[in-house]
Amino acid sequence: MIKQKEVTVTSFDKGTKRGSSGGFYKVFIKELSDQLSSIRFLILFFLILVTGVASFYVAASSIRDTVEEMGNEFVFLRLFTTSGGSLPPFTSFLSFLGPLVGLSIGFDAINGEENRGTISRLLAQPIYRDDVINGKFLAGLAVLGMMTFALGGLVGGMGILLTGLPPTGEEILRLIIYLLISVVYMAFWLGLSVLFSLLFKQAATSALAGIAVWLLFTIFVPLLSGPVADLIYPIRGQDDIIGQLRNITLQQNLSRISPSTLYDEAVVAMLSPGVRTLGPILLEQIYGAVPGPLPLGQSLLLIWPHITGLVAGTLIIFGITYTIFLRREIRA
Amino acid sequence: MGRNIVIETHDLIRIYGSITAVDKLNLTIYEGEIFGLLGPNGAGKTTTILMLMGLTEPTSGSISVMGYDPTREPLQVKRVAGYMPDSIGFYDYMTGRENLLYTASLNQIPMKEAERRADELLSRVGLKEASDCKVRGYSRGMRQRLGVADVLIKDPKILILDEPTLGIDPEGVKELLELIVKLSKEEGKTILISSHLLYQMQEICDRVGIFVKGKLMVCGKITDLAENISGEKECAVELIMKPFDVAAMEIIRSIDGVKDVYTQGAMLVADVQSDEIAVKINRELIERGYIIYHFRVRGYTLDDIYRQYFGEEGVTI
Ligand SMILES: Nc1ncnc2c1ncn2[C@@H]1O[C@H](COP(=O)(O)OP(=O)(O)OP(=O)(O)O)[C@@H](O)[C@H]1O
Ligand SMILES: [Mg+2]
Repeated sequence: MIKQKEVTVTSFDKGTKRGSSGGFYKVFIKELSDQLSSIRFLILFFLILVTGVASFYVAASSIRDTVEEMGNEFVFLRLFTTSGGSLPPFTSFLSFLGPLVGLSIGFDAINGEENRGTISRLLAQPIYRDDVINGKFLAGLAVLGMMTFALGGLVGGMGILLTGLPPTGEEILRLIIYLLISVVYMAFWLGLSVLFSLLFKQAATSALAGIAVWLLFTIFVPLLSGPVADLIYPIRGQDDIIGQLRNITLQQNLSRISPSTLYDEAVVAMLSPGVRTLGPILLEQIYGAVPGPLPLGQSLLLIWPHITGLVAGTLIIFGITYTIFLRREIRA
Repeated sequence: MGRNIVIETHDLIRIYGSITAVDKLNLTIYEGEIFGLLGPNGAGKTTTILMLMGLTEPTSGSISVMGYDPTREPLQVKRVAGYMPDSIGFYDYMTGRENLLYTASLNQIPMKEAERRADELLSRVGLKEASDCKVRGYSRGMRQRLGVADVLIKDPKILILDEPTLGIDPEGVKELLELIVKLSKEEGKTILISSHLLYQMQEICDRVGIFVKGKLMVCGKITDLAENISGEKECAVELIMKPFDVAAMEIIRSIDGVKDVYTQGAMLVADVQSDEIAVKINRELIERGYIIYHFRVRGYTLDDIYRQYFGEEGVTI
């Protein structure tokens, strides 16, 4: 059967009186239980759990040595960011595997229904179309939230047991914000994969497309931003301070196109209160600066653009998905 | 049968690029009847059905399903009409029963009631034993039956079935057709079936509409359509006799009013001008010492009607 994009078709279900159909809740519950019981989610969750706990454990054993050098300020948070010898820190694992979880939840959200032939049956029921797309997306988001907070709670508790140091209120607050940012970051990938599941007919294609974008953003954009910046603002010599500054700023801004960079920077600022700035610093700026950790409010202010960037990206992608889905003609 | 109009379309048009899938369709379907939408592949049957269900928007024209416009009030239409797509699919990691319960929940049917209906329907379509098996293990025919249960679970007033007998074995087809007739005659449901299987439709439909290239060529009772083709009441005679030989064919052919004699499977078929000729054939053969096992006068079949409107090549049986 020929499938053709319909340009002329106006939105379906944009009807007259719009009350709740009650369909959202039903779709949400079903998707939630589908996800939580799906093998693919369990595998990824298990992977994150094992790597996260392992890296955390190693970090906890090596933290004793660093406490002597650096004092025990924010020890609890340092557990998340310290790489214990051979293993990367917990945050790296989450930053690396988190997108995969997001992608794995959404990559066959729509085309899976199309290929199974369930979509026309589903939409022939008295529910709105947005109930379907909202239900699927928010169920995915709920799964991500549950997973992240369960994981954070688990390793947090482990940290307290292993070090014997109770976290301060600020540390707990910072941890919660970190977990929230992680959920938003994964939601970005979830949204992207749902979009791909709408654009590509085959689940395998949309999964690969998702992974391709992930590689692009986590590896190639940060990698290419250096050479590109060199091209635009070539550094002429050691004395060319302005050139160097421009070069570095551009490089950093280029790599911030990638949500992974935004996320990683936000995590650093949130979990390492010692980080005072995310951009290049001139020597003059350091003079006179009071050494010491930034208060939580200041850290938040530092990464506010990052958070809004991530949220906006997620919302834009979801908005596009939503619009396409509502205009899509459904043929079994 | 009531005369209340349940589905009505007015100058309905759907254009895909350069293809006019549905062309100025005016269709009226009355309460309680079984209406067959017939036509070869690509005739526009599915497109019409999708528009009736509000799943596709018409390019122009208007539709009313129980007084609701599917484009503007799709939910109202979906509450009263059950739709079974031609390629029906289920969540294969769920059981048949769970699939039905999910559909029921989307229709806001309370759990208790949904379970009662699901069990009743599952045994009605013969899936009682398989109801707690994952749909993954269902055969094509079992899925189709589950599809029937699925449209019925919301207890719709209108059933719209797109090629419901596709992929079911003859026994299953018979049961399904019986069920459809029962739903119409005993429960007063209005049923719209699309199909290209003429004989099946001939058995159950009160009225049919024949669709070719998006246009509704004719519409009405099968008997009326047959009379339209030719003024007289022509008919065909089916015969099985002993001995089944060429001589018998010659005898029949020599009778006045017999237009053609040919074999069809294990039967001999004679096209005759009227049923009196049929009686004549019978008498003649018995007089000549033939033993007749099977004798049936059949009226004009849909096949002939069909053929009339779009030639031999369109007939797919
Ligand atoms: N999305 C689409 N884009 C372009 N053409 C389409 C589209 N959908 C349907 N068509 C065309 O519309 C015509 C009618 O298709 P439809 O599916 O309604 O036929 P049908 O009567 O259901 O056939 P079948 O018996 O094979 O199911 C066909 O010629 C088809 O090619
Ligand atoms: Mg069809």
